[in-house]
Amino acid sequence: MNSMLILFIILSLAAVLSALGLLLSRSAVYAALFLVLNFACVAIFYLLLGAPFIALTQITVYAGAIMVLFLFVIMLLGAEKLPKSQSLPWQRPLAIGLAVVLLFEAGFLLFQRLHLTATLAQPEAQINSVDAIRTLGLTLFNQYLLPFEITSILLLVAMVGAIVLTKQEKGAAG
Amino acid sequence: MTQTDLLTLLPNILLVTWACILLLVDLFIPQRRKGMIALLAVFGLAVVMGIVLAQAGREMTAFNGMIVVDGFSVFLSVLFLATGILGIAIAYGYLKRMGIERGEYYTLMLFSISGMLLMAQAADLIVIFLGLELLSIPLYVLAAWARPRLESEEAGLKYFLLGAFATGFVVYGIAMTFGATGSTRLSEIVARVAGGEAVTTLLLIGAALLLVGFGFKVAAVPFHMWTPDVYQGAPTSVTGFMAVGAKAAGFAALLRIFVSAFPSLSVDLVPVLWGLAAVTMIGGNLIAIAQTDIKRMLAYSSIAHAGYILMAFVPYGNPKVAHDSVASALFYLVAYAITSFGAWAMVIALEKAEGKGLEINDYAGLGRKHPAMAAAMTVFMLSLTGIPPTLGLIGKLYLFRSVVEGGFIGLAIIGVLTSLISAYYYLRVVVVMYMRDGDPQVTSESWLNLTIGAAALATVVLSFVPAALFTLASDAVLKLF
Repeated sequence: MNSMLILFIILSLAAVLSALGLLLSRSAVYAALFLVLNFACVAIFYLLLGAPFIALTQITVYAGAIMVLFLFVIMLLGAEKLPKSQSLPWQRPLAIGLAVVLLFEAGFLLFQRLHLTATLAQPEAQINSVDAIRTLGLTLFNQYLLPFEITSILLLVAMVGAIVLTKQEKGAAG
Repeated sequence: MTQTDLLTLLPNILLVTWACILLLVDLFIPQRRKGMIALLAVFGLAVVMGIVLAQAGREMTAFNGMIVVDGFSVFLSVLFLATGILGIAIAYGYLKRMGIERGEYYTLMLFSISGMLLMAQAADLIVIFLGLELLSIPLYVLAAWARPRLESEEAGLKYFLLGAFATGFVVYGIAMTFGATGSTRLSEIVARVAGGEAVTTLLLIGAALLLVGFGFKVAAVPFHMWTPDVYQGAPTSVTGFMAVGAKAAGFAALLRIFVSAFPSLSVDLVPVLWGLAAVTMIGGNLIAIAQTDIKRMLAYSSIAHAGYILMAFVPYGNPKVAHDSVASALFYLVAYAITSFGAWAMVIALEKAEGKGLEINDYAGLGRKHPAMAAAMTVFMLSLTGIPPTLGLIGKLYLFRSVVEGGFIGLAIIGVLTSLISAYYYLRVVVVMYMRDGDPQVTSESWLNLTIGAAALATVVLSFVPAALFTLASDAVLKLF
C-alpha cells in the first residue's frame, strides 16, 4: 500500500464525513463550514490527480469567495438556526429511491471501469504541468476573448441591477 | 483582435460603450430631468442602427468564428434596435407618471438590447448563452422596477428564478452538444455531424434540452407558467419590451441553432416541435378566453403567438420548404412586434396609478370618447386575430402556407381553428370599446400617441405591400442554408 493510497483513503473519509456533516447539522453556519471542508478535500483530490490549477481555483473561488459570501448572507439574515422538522411526507422515500439509483450507477461504473483500466487514457502531460495555466491563459485570451469580454459586461450589468434594486430612494414618497 | 473582428462587433461595442457612458452621465443629471437619458439612449440606438444598416449585404466572420454578420443578423438586429427605440418611447412618459423614473432604466435596456444583438450575430453556443444572459439579467431587474409594489417584486423574483432554471437547461444542452460533437461552434457542429463523428444520442439530448431552455424564454406551453404573472406584475412598459424583444431574441437563437446546426436531427425533432406548436397555440388561446385583465389576456395572447411562430420550425428539416418557413417566421416576428407594441402602448395609455384601469371593462366607452384611440386598438386586435386588412393576417397566411407546403396540414388546421377561438377574446375588447358606455380615462402623451399611431398605420399599410417585407426576410435567411 503506497502513501498515495493511504492519503486517498483518509481524504475520502474526510470528504464523505464532511458531506454527511453538512446534511445532518442543524445550524446553517456549521453546515456552511462543513461545505468549506468538503471543498478543500475535493481540491486535494484534484492535486492528487495532477491538476494544480483546478485545485487552486476550487479553493479560491468555491471555498474562498462563494462560501464566505454564503456565511455572510446566513449571518446577516440571522438564519443560523434551521427549524426542527420541515420534511415533506414524500421526501424521504423519494430520497431513498434516488440514493439507490445513484448507488447502482456508481457501482455499475466502478465495475465497468475495473475491466477497462487497461484502455483508460492518461491525461495529457500538458495538463499536469505548471504550463497548464499558461496554456489556459493563452486559450482564454485568444480563442475565447469574446466570451471573456461579454462576461465582464454581464457582471457589470448584474452589479448595476443589484444596486438599483436595493438602493434607498432619496426623498421618495413610499 | 483584427480589423474584421472590430468591424463585425462594432454595433455591439458602440452600444455597450454608450450604455456605460450613460451610466456615468446619469449621475450628473438631476432627478427631475432623467428624461434626457431616454433621449440620449434613443440617439445611441439610432446611430447603432445606422451602422447595422451599413453592414447590410456584407458577410463577415470574426473572433474565430464566434460571431458573424449576415443577412439574418442584420435583419434581426434592426428589429431589436427598433424594439429598443419603441420600448423607450412607451416608457418615457409612463415611468414619470408612475413615479418610478430612474436613469438606469434606459441603460439597462441598452444592455439588454446588446445581448439581443449578440444572439442575432452569434455563431457559437457559448456566445448564444452569454447573449441570452446579457439579455435576461437586465430584464429581471426591469421586471422588479416598480418596487416596492408587491406585484412587481413578485414578477422580478419569479422571472429571475424561473429564468435561471431555464438557463440551466440551456447550459446543459450546450454541454451535451459539446460532448456529442467536441465543439460549440455551429459550423464545426455541422461539420462533425456531416462527417459522422457525432454521438447522435447525446446530440439529440442536447437539442432537446436547448429546446426546453429556449421554450421557457419564448414562453411556449408547457414552459409558460411564469408568463402571465410576470407580464402582469412588471411595469407595462417593461412588459411590452419583454414580450417583443425577449421573444424575438429567443426565436432568433432557436432558428440559428436548429436551422444551421441540427438539420440532420429533424426526423426526431419534428414530432416534438409539432406537438409543442400545437399545445402552445391551443393552450394560450383557450386560457386567454377566461381573462378579464388586459395584461393577462395579452400575456396569454403572446404565448399563443409563440405557438404560431413555432409552427415555422416544424418543416425546418425539409430543404424545399425550410427557407420559406424561416422567412415567414421572421416576417411574423416583425408583424407581431409592431402589433404587440401598439397594443401594449394602448394599455399604458389607459393605465392609472396603483394598477387601476387594467380591466377589459375599463375600455368601455372608448369608442365614443376617443375614437382615434379606439380605432387604433381595433386595428391591433384585428391584427392579433388575423383579420384583414392587417399585417397579422398576412403573417399567418405565410406561416400556414409554409406549414401546408411542408405537408403538415393537421397543424395548419389547428392554427386556423385556434385563430378562430382567439377572435372571441380579441373582439370582445372591440365590443366593449364600442358597445358599452363608460368613462375611460386616457393619458395623452406625445411619444405614446406617436407609437400607437405609427404602429396602427404600419399594421394596416404594410399589409397592402407585404411582398416587400417578405422579400427582405427571405433575403435575410438566404445564407443560413
